[in-house]
Amino acid sequence: MSLATDFMDIALMIAFVAVALAQLLSMIRVVIGPNTGDRILALDTMVVNAIGLIVLLGISQGTRIYFEAAMIIAMLGFVSSVAYARFILRGDIIE
Amino acid sequence: MTIELIAVVAIGVCLLIGAFFMFVGVIGMLKFNDSMTRLHAPTKVSTMGVGALLLASFIHSYTFGDGSLIQLLVMGFLFVTAPISANFFGKVNLHHGSCEPPPKPIQDETWATLNVPEADREIVVQEDA
Repeated sequence: MSLATDFMDIALMIAFVAVALAQLLSMIRVVIGPNTGDRILALDTMVVNAIGLIVLLGISQGTRIYFEAAMIIAMLGFVSSVAYARFILRGDIIE
Repeated sequence: MTIELIAVVAIGVCLLIGAFFMFVGVIGMLKFNDSMTRLHAPTKVSTMGVGALLLASFIHSYTFGDGSLIQLLVMGFLFVTAPISANFFGKVNLHHGSCEPPPKPIQDETWATLNVPEADREIVVQEDA
């Protein structure tokens, strides 16, 4: 049992490092992206990575408040990326 | 005891799978060299990566706590909204002309609704009257 718990803790650490590194790498695409579409795509990926980081924090601390925050951030990320894309497409968000 | 052991190992495996897919998707978004191919890679992040992480936290909440169903709700929301936002990003790429334009129709000169022929216009007017 203690071996399995050690494996879970090591996997949690590896997941923290990988998701934080993925967040930093997608920030590079936000900076160097040649078009606006690439920048919107990288921002959407950053929102998804932020949801992953919040879920990992909720696993490591064992509380369930973080999952409601993850739900709210998922909704906000979808609405904001769709609003950004519609602003590029139509020049206006609500017509 | 054994069920708890299996659950802990499953949590670790799901965490590793999710971390792998998130990292690989973002590396693909950095390394591809076209806007439309760049659109392909982060879909793995938002389905397999976050899905496996949320599955791990779902098992964790039922193993060590009293359980919660919010993770399944977040997972369903992400799975439903990821294709819609990907469709919008593809439309943005087409709008900027940063990829090849869609092919022309084979037989007709125009798309269907743009230029209605004279005979069809009369039919439409009759149906409205």
